[in-house]
Amino acid sequence: MPELIVTKNLAIPGLDTLATYREHGGYEALAHALTAYQPDELVALIKDSGLRGRGGAGFPTGMKWGFLAKNNMPRYLCCNADESEPGTFKDRMLMEKNPHQLVEGVIITSFACRVTTAFIYVRGELAKAGRQVTRAVEEAYAAGLIGKNILGSDYSLDIIVHRGAGAYICGEESALMESLEGRRGYPRLKPPFPAVVGLYGGPTVINNCETLSTIPAIIKGGAQWYASFGTEKSKGTRVFCLSGHVKKPGNYELPLGTPISTLIYDEQYGGGMLDDKKLKAIIPGGSSTFILGADKVNTPLDFESIAAVGSMLGSGGVIAINEDTCMVGAILRMTEFYRDESCGKCTPCREGTYWMTEILERLEHGHGKESDIKLLVDICDNISGKSFCPLGDASTSSITSGIKLFLEEFQYHVTHGHCMVGAGRTRPEIGAVEGASLFAGAV
Amino acid sequence: MISEQTKQRMCDLASRYPVARSAVMPALHLVQQEEGYITSEGLQAVADAVGMTVDAVESVATFYTMYQQHPQGKHVVHVCTSISCYLRNCDALVEHLEKRLGIKRGETTPDGNVTLLTAECLASCGTAPVLQVNGEFVENVTLEKADALIRDWNETARA
Repeated sequence: MPELIVTKNLAIPGLDTLATYREHGGYEALAHALTAYQPDELVALIKDSGLRGRGGAGFPTGMKWGFLAKNNMPRYLCCNADESEPGTFKDRMLMEKNPHQLVEGVIITSFACRVTTAFIYVRGELAKAGRQVTRAVEEAYAAGLIGKNILGSDYSLDIIVHRGAGAYICGEESALMESLEGRRGYPRLKPPFPAVVGLYGGPTVINNCETLSTIPAIIKGGAQWYASFGTEKSKGTRVFCLSGHVKKPGNYELPLGTPISTLIYDEQYGGGMLDDKKLKAIIPGGSSTFILGADKVNTPLDFESIAAVGSMLGSGGVIAINEDTCMVGAILRMTEFYRDESCGKCTPCREGTYWMTEILERLEHGHGKESDIKLLVDICDNISGKSFCPLGDASTSSITSGIKLFLEEFQYHVTHGHCMVGAGRTRPEIGAVEGASLFAGAV
Repeated sequence: MISEQTKQRMCDLASRYPVARSAVMPALHLVQQEEGYITSEGLQAVADAVGMTVDAVESVATFYTMYQQHPQGKHVVHVCTSISCYLRNCDALVEHLEKRLGIKRGETTPDGNVTLLTAECLASCGTAPVLQVNGEFVENVTLEKADALIRDWNETARA
């Protein structure tokens, strides 16, 4: 099994407590960062490591830090732990099992970015993760790891854990800041980008939970060590969240560039398709990314390779779909999500996601017309690139790619009034897998 | 009734943030915890604590799905129905719960014991299908597991 970085030590009992975390080298990276580096040197180090954001867009982390405007406004760090992308469940695991690693990453990043107030925005529905992070922050305050003059240095930092309250849109960075400022989570117009005008008008860096959880290991191991994993442009490892019709769904940390087939079929990871059915489709990075056909199963899981076959690595949520799944039904379910989660600020997304769901519903239930398929593509074209924020674009990914790949299933619904495969005729029993564990293999 | 203790905690929160208004969400969580849902008294208390108008607080409270606008059952059940749970047949689970509880999704049992709701992806796709009872996860839910949960809820109702 390849070396684990972010999920290392995850199996150790009590790792979520400060004492055990420190027994295994916790907060050594922080001490090292505070004594051996100037903030700008840390930014350079993370740039050299090649670390890219693990939230979805894959933007180089060090470069993001370097973009912070130099002015007299207070700077802020927001940790985006509002994990809500369908198919993604890594940040929840990292917060529940190793919250101190995240807190250490937040402190080091705040020091590197000259931030004195940091926020950890935890998704509201993840109550346990919220409790774990809150407790870790309290423990760290009591031990002098947060607060005034951290570890005897002249650096001081305040960390506030903020619980969300149920809104996917708050994972979008500008909506997250609106939410933190005590308003409805509506996205802001960009530019200005958060690095220039962000939270409370100050320069703000916003990083994903997994990204920040990776920072301590990079400080300890060095930029070259981290960059030795992965591919030339996608460096390091990543926690892939494998779900859907596989024998062993779960979180698996793998070097970037590992083929999808390894994740799905290798005995150490997914262990193959459930009931040895045929793979039909893959969603490589959460439901906001374009669906890939089974012929793309050997594609390496890195930003460039997945983009080259027409999708995105996104949030790392890999969903495997078997041959018995009606794609019209599956796409309808994904579209309902965006209808429910559209914040309502802009018309293309608010109205478009509603209409797309209506049309998919009538196709699914056998009341659709041939022209509905064209109409769907047309609506997608009127949302994508024309909505206020990326949520609108995301809502169209599964529809456009699904119609391209599985047109005959849409047409079959029009001509026959029911599914071409699976649902409607056979329904799998729920809980078909015994003992499949969320953390299997990741630890 | 919003207790003096909760009012104090809300004021503490308001001074914890760089701007008092930022405490509106945690304050709403507090009043909901105390009263079970967002009442007009709760809105007023939050508005007083964080220095916003009641309308502004209500605008926040109605945006986020976790703030309930109506009284909820003793056990609030959220069944995830997003794609990964869908592929593991969460729909059969929801139907089973509806049948056993004698209510539709979105409803509360007449005795006020159970509220059945569906939820968007709960970040537990590796253990699908999943549900939450009062915010705590139950993973890899089978129909048998669901029946056992219903038995537990019924017992606490009688107790």
